Amino acid sequence: MSEPILNTLDLSRHFGALRAVDAVTLEFAPGRVHAIIGPNGAGKTTLINLLSGDLKPSSGSIRFKGQDITGAPPYVVSRLGVGRSYQKTNIFPAFTCFENCWLGAQSRERTSMRFLRPARRYRSVRERTERALALCGLTERAHVVSSAISHGEQRQLEIGMMLATEPELLLLDEPLAGMGAEEAARVIGLLRELAADHTLILIEHDMDAVFAVADRLTVMVNGRVLETGDPQDIRASPAVQEAYLGSGEGGG
Amino acid sequence: MTGPWPLRLTLLAAVGGLAVFPWVGDPFYVELVIHLMILGIFAMSLDLLMGYTGLVSFGHAAFFGISGYLLALMTPESGGLSIWLALPVCLAGTAVAALVVGWFSVRTSGIYFIMITLAFAQMAFFFFVEHQDFGGTDGLFVADKPFVGFGGWQLLDLRDEHSFYFFTLGLLVVTYLLLAMILRAPFGQVIRGIRANEARTRALGYPTQRYKLISFVIAGTFAGLAGFLEAAHTEYVSPSHLGWHESGLVLMYVILGGMGTLYGPVLGAFVMGLLHDQFQDLTEHFNLVMGFFVIAVVLFLPDGVAGLVARLGRARGGGPADPPR
Amino acid sequence: MDIAQFLVQVLNGVQYGFLLFLVASGLTLIFGIMGIINLAHGAFYMFGAYVAFWLTGVTGSLAAGILLGLPFIIAIGFLIERFAISFLYSRDHLYQVLLTYGLILIFNEMQKILWGTDFYSVPVPEVLSGSIPLTENQAYPVYRLFISLVCLGIAASLYLVIGRTRLGMMIRAGASNREMTQALGVDITKVFSVVFSLGAALAAFSGMIGAPVSAVYPGMGDHILIISFVVVVIGGIGSIKGAFIGAMLIGLADTFGKVLLPELASMTIYALMALVLLWRPQGLFGRPAT
Repeated sequence: MSEPILNTLDLSRHFGALRAVDAVTLEFAPGRVHAIIGPNGAGKTTLINLLSGDLKPSSGSIRFKGQDITGAPPYVVSRLGVGRSYQKTNIFPAFTCFENCWLGAQSRERTSMRFLRPARRYRSVRERTERALALCGLTERAHVVSSAISHGEQRQLEIGMMLATEPELLLLDEPLAGMGAEEAARVIGLLRELAADHTLILIEHDMDAVFAVADRLTVMVNGRVLETGDPQDIRASPAVQEAYLGSGEGGG
Repeated sequence: MTGPWPLRLTLLAAVGGLAVFPWVGDPFYVELVIHLMILGIFAMSLDLLMGYTGLVSFGHAAFFGISGYLLALMTPESGGLSIWLALPVCLAGTAVAALVVGWFSVRTSGIYFIMITLAFAQMAFFFFVEHQDFGGTDGLFVADKPFVGFGGWQLLDLRDEHSFYFFTLGLLVVTYLLLAMILRAPFGQVIRGIRANEARTRALGYPTQRYKLISFVIAGTFAGLAGFLEAAHTEYVSPSHLGWHESGLVLMYVILGGMGTLYGPVLGAFVMGLLHDQFQDLTEHFNLVMGFFVIAVVLFLPDGVAGLVARLGRARGGGPADPPR
Repeated sequence: MDIAQFLVQVLNGVQYGFLLFLVASGLTLIFGIMGIINLAHGAFYMFGAYVAFWLTGVTGSLAAGILLGLPFIIAIGFLIERFAISFLYSRDHLYQVLLTYGLILIFNEMQKILWGTDFYSVPVPEVLSGSIPLTENQAYPVYRLFISLVCLGIAASLYLVIGRTRLGMMIRAGASNREMTQALGVDITKVFSVVFSLGAALAAFSGMIGAPVSAVYPGMGDHILIISFVVVVIGGIGSIKGAFIGAMLIGLADTFGKVLLPELASMTIYALMALVLLWRPQGLFGRPAT
């Protein structure tokens, strides 16, 4: 197995007495789609927040491509090539879809402390923005204010903003949440497409989707890692079935 | 200029109107309009913070006043201070002050930001009140207006009211154009993002505090420009220039004019300044009328005067940004 | 500075702190519970002082002045909440700042119309006009001690009302979760009315009882308002305990600052606030911003 692109060592985050994430040690291999599943309150989103720098860990460490990024602020993590999308749609509501993605694309310039030339004349940023819009399927909606598009489209935009930053590693927190069947199918297709040349870490409740795209699974319960393995192993694991999957109807 | 063409035409017409005013207007009003244009620069500078970066400063007058004090202290009794020395020193001094205050302030947000900027302004206020070297409560006189020229050759005589008028009008336009340029540049995109959703802007890869700090310094420096003009115009500066009433007034111009547009705050400064002047003639208790006026606007004109203009003119695309709820 | 002088300064600082606390506690409650930045809060303090001056002159007794004046100011507070503030609950803080700034303009002008721009003083009540000797040439006025004791009583009852009574429970619930409180069937508009009027009463009382030791002058409301904001921000917005600690810190810092660093006295409290905010951006007892 190749060197992991991201790994955590004994990573913990406590909120008072609550151990939201408890001594999690995980390795994420490059180029794979690694899904993290588990019941509500298992600590999945907290884990993503720790990986993205939105939260600081109470203890433990995180390494990205061999570099220690424990406690690094989100903008540093982002600039190293880790993109993330949020479970609760987190966009710039008053901006158009184009402007939303623009801000992601512009952040890949060396600096935005530029005061003279109009932003729209930066061709590389424009190209990145248009690419991201095309990938997330919003080219036609580019100049619509993002508060006016449908909820499903906002979820697509959420992914588009992340893609505009051209990350190597994508942290996706329930990308399908609140989507209709058709939109979900679209996004699953997009995730498969992205899997070809990105590493994906995915939280998702829709098991069909998980088994459709993931080639590695981690089950979390109560802040701890219960088991990690390939999809068929996880599906077959008695401990997992008992703790999470119930009577074992996986589908997909 | 930015925005759709009806707006551009209106703004050009407004500048044109201001340009011919000294020849048709009453000398008293020429004096008043100079003051209003200075307040317009001051209000635009605050709007960069409030309307575009989402930082509500209640201490913006500090930079207005500090710049004036610098000019008063620099100007020798005999006069003849070159503007090429005076203006850069005043602006640089204000920028340094804004850097210090901003470095502390941008760590906080919301009401804490409002209060910490107020606290710094109050510190500056009491510093000048309590130091007799700086005139104490009486303030300082600016011995003479700065000299605009090269060597002995005079380019513009600021002692002449009309010259000062055009000098101020020029700087008003320059300020507008510079701020519009900054807002269209990559930096402007980032600060708009910060105002709309700071956490997300950070997650997209921007060190937002640094951007807020730079925005604070730019806003402070333009406030310094306004303070420089005010002190040069009235040849006087006092602690009240940096008091919290002054900060409250400029806040009012920005909100009443309409945040998130550059022309709104200028409009706010003109409307409020003119009303102030009219009420002052009408009654000794003009503050009573001003108070009721402010309350009425808050209750009935939520988007400010610019919002009203936009609604009446049905201007699309370039209208004011949504006010925060 | 010898021990007796030191003691006098401590007592002065505490007494000033108590007066500040009465103003700041209302301010912090109004912000914490109603979400309103009330710049006009200082006006209640100012009106308290002027009404005390006026009614003491009429009746010859400060106590009578307070008893007659207080209901009057509570009524004003009630009306302002009903007819101006209540329109702003769902609006951005900026508009509250602006509207209450407008109120300040009106109140300050009304003060000028009613009482002019002169400085007035209110005599210390006869029975409390003595002083307690500390050393041969140091004495401490009884009235200042009286202020501290009365305010201590008010602070204690405020603590009991908020901690122990049904009204206090509603106030605490309203501060922590407005929707939940409403869902539980509490009429939040009544709670808001009570809190705003209570805040006005506390500020006005502070102005009244403090009138004999501080002059009654135009602009006194603005001055106390700014300092009270400093207190509230140091203590943490919405926290009564924070307002108390903050008021004492500011009272002592201001008093000692005037003695030890007269050149920089007025700056000390603002510097203190900046330091506290650097250390804890949400204030001493405030909840961290999310």
